[in-house]
Amino acid sequence: MWNLQGNVQAESHRNGSRVRKLLTSNEAVAEAVKIAKPDVISAYPITPQSPIVESLAKMIAKGELDASFVRVESEHSAMAVIHGAATAGARVFTATSSHGLAYMFEMCWWIAGSRLPAVMAVATRSIGAPWNIHGDHTDIVQLRDAGWIIGMAENAQEAFDMTLQAFCVSEEVNIPFAVGLDAFTMSHTAEVVEIWEPEIPPRRQAYKVLPSDNFAVNAVTMGKARMKARYDLAVDLENSAKVIEKTDKDFGNHGGLVENYRLDDADFAVVMMGGWCGDAKDAIDMLRQEGFKIGLLRIRFLRPFPKKAVKELGCEVLVVDKANSDLRGVLGIEVSSCGVEAKNVVAGIGGVDVGVEDLCRIFKDFMNGKLEMEWYL
Amino acid sequence: MILPGNTSCQGCPISLAMRCLDEIENPVLVIPAGCSTVVAGLHPNSAMKIPVIHVPFASTNAVACGVKEAYKRAGVKANVIAWIGDGAADIGFATLSASATRKDDIITVVVDNEAYMNTGTQASLSTFWKAKTSTSPAGKADERRDLALIMIAHKADYVATATVGYIEDLRRKFRKASQIEGFRFIQIHCPCPPGWRFPSEKTIEIARKAVMSGAWALFEFYDRKLRFSGIGKKFAEKDNRISLAEYLKAQGRFEHLRDEDILAIEKAIDEEWEILKRFSGE
Amino acid sequence: MDLEPIISRMKLGAAGETGTWRNYRPVINKELCNKCKTCFSYCPEGVISEEIEIDYRFCKGCGICKEMCRQKAIEMVQE
Repeated sequence: MWNLQGNVQAESHRNGSRVRKLLTSNEAVAEAVKIAKPDVISAYPITPQSPIVESLAKMIAKGELDASFVRVESEHSAMAVIHGAATAGARVFTATSSHGLAYMFEMCWWIAGSRLPAVMAVATRSIGAPWNIHGDHTDIVQLRDAGWIIGMAENAQEAFDMTLQAFCVSEEVNIPFAVGLDAFTMSHTAEVVEIWEPEIPPRRQAYKVLPSDNFAVNAVTMGKARMKARYDLAVDLENSAKVIEKTDKDFGNHGGLVENYRLDDADFAVVMMGGWCGDAKDAIDMLRQEGFKIGLLRIRFLRPFPKKAVKELGCEVLVVDKANSDLRGVLGIEVSSCGVEAKNVVAGIGGVDVGVEDLCRIFKDFMNGKLEMEWYL
Repeated sequence: MILPGNTSCQGCPISLAMRCLDEIENPVLVIPAGCSTVVAGLHPNSAMKIPVIHVPFASTNAVACGVKEAYKRAGVKANVIAWIGDGAADIGFATLSASATRKDDIITVVVDNEAYMNTGTQASLSTFWKAKTSTSPAGKADERRDLALIMIAHKADYVATATVGYIEDLRRKFRKASQIEGFRFIQIHCPCPPGWRFPSEKTIEIARKAVMSGAWALFEFYDRKLRFSGIGKKFAEKDNRISLAEYLKAQGRFEHLRDEDILAIEKAIDEEWEILKRFSGE
Repeated sequence: MDLEPIISRMKLGAAGETGTWRNYRPVINKELCNKCKTCFSYCPEGVISEEIEIDYRFCKGCGICKEMCRQKAIEMVQE
């Protein structure tokens, strides 16, 4: 039976049709990476990301994936290895989380500044101190200024689709792409995922370095060169929105930079990102039954930020954040930077459980003008 | 491999070492922050005839590993060189150790000028005993770390110490490293005129005095065996050496040393030679 | 994509005509020179050719060639 199933799957892949599998988001990301056929993978384990690279190491050991897997002593080196491999023309992937992202932060700036396509999965987890291994968005939001495309998946299907899209988009715009997936509620939670094998074009990049060349990359700049590089990256990051939207239909039709959920006639809009948007949708469905006209603007991309969609909300807005800067949430700051006056709640830091009932309460208080708390503790 | 009219200081040992890169086939340089970054050329110019990938301080060996992995998969022949200073060897020590342990098929060159010269001569782990630097104004009290011995402990495929003082020996070691596969490591002693405070014409003389006084040992490690190499063989015997004071007193960084300081340094050097001789079985 | 801000191209005299840094000029006495090429081998700047001609556009005047010359064929002359 198992063999037969395996053969059927292989056959249906070739036909471009879909196969359903029960996968965690970590496994879904690994499946997508396998399909994208990277040349070089390098990573350092960290909870809750480790199963992604463990799966990939296993695929390589079994001969299902032909890639180099470089074991390193730190996340800084993981990003450095894929930086080097990308410079030499290889398709590359890494994954990390929390302190790992913090530790590789310097190299995140370099790979973006070097305009090298790369894909990284971030199982979004809290950063200490104190120690905490649970989910929130305090790690991935730190990438905002580094010049990366930052996607946030809502479920395992989207983690799969977005990872595949990431290779296409990154290699078209020469900007690295981070795929965010929430710790545990996604990384370790199995869901049904439709697997298929889209065509990923061969590796493209703006330049690569070969022994026959005689130029230098990233020498010390003087005058305006650094500023010009930074400006170009900002402009291209902004323009990557078009590529993300253009390719969205090939990768699951999730809506581009945002997903609008029951917003058409809404008087109240909630802005959120990540896995708990599934709970937010349930809460909204329940409140709709009670007659509240509320909807969700789900942020799928923190960078490029969907400024237009936020500006067009045209109703009362509440932002619910899983990461803070000061007392304000990071998404709250992003939304208010679009000129939208919004209420802002910070919740779920360090994995504090926020369920459908909690969200119903927060949303109701907001709609009734009774929202007092900034932090849902 | 480096063109004239570069940014190196007068009498720069790094520029001289870079000239010797023509001994290495299909070189690709990976250079972190440090004097070498500047010497290799400021944007929009490159002073090198070969490709250079400039990278952050601690990342060099990992970047070089990634470059080599990509070349291997694409069938591109290259000697990828992690060209670091003693500073990058400090901050990138874990990265270097992992690279050696993986047996990355790259050449690591350390141009060791015994301090962080590019930021203004602050002490590094390689700084010589009791040397004055801008962060050890009274003389460095700590040990001097022996990078090459540490690399031997990694069972590297090729480890060599060299010096700009004996350029043919250095060139031979580059050639040899170029022809071996696996993890290759060469540490080059690089006396720095402004950092060590001696006149620019004395670079070679001081480099040679380091070898002749026993302050810098020349050896190679391959096939699991340590061998004193070239002229260095002679100075493995203490009787053949010049006085340590002759080496130290030629440099401003040691101007404060008293006789007992020099004796203490000599004792530390003798202990190092004991270890090396035990390794070599000689 | 504009790669110019991150790409640097090979250039002779990447730091300009560094001969202007020089206070002392090495002058070779051709009669004493036996073309042993020691100065060629040890010139950090690579401005001495195998024919023992000095490229004064870039020679920084460090004086290593004078120090290394066993024939004492090189003199440093103040600019």
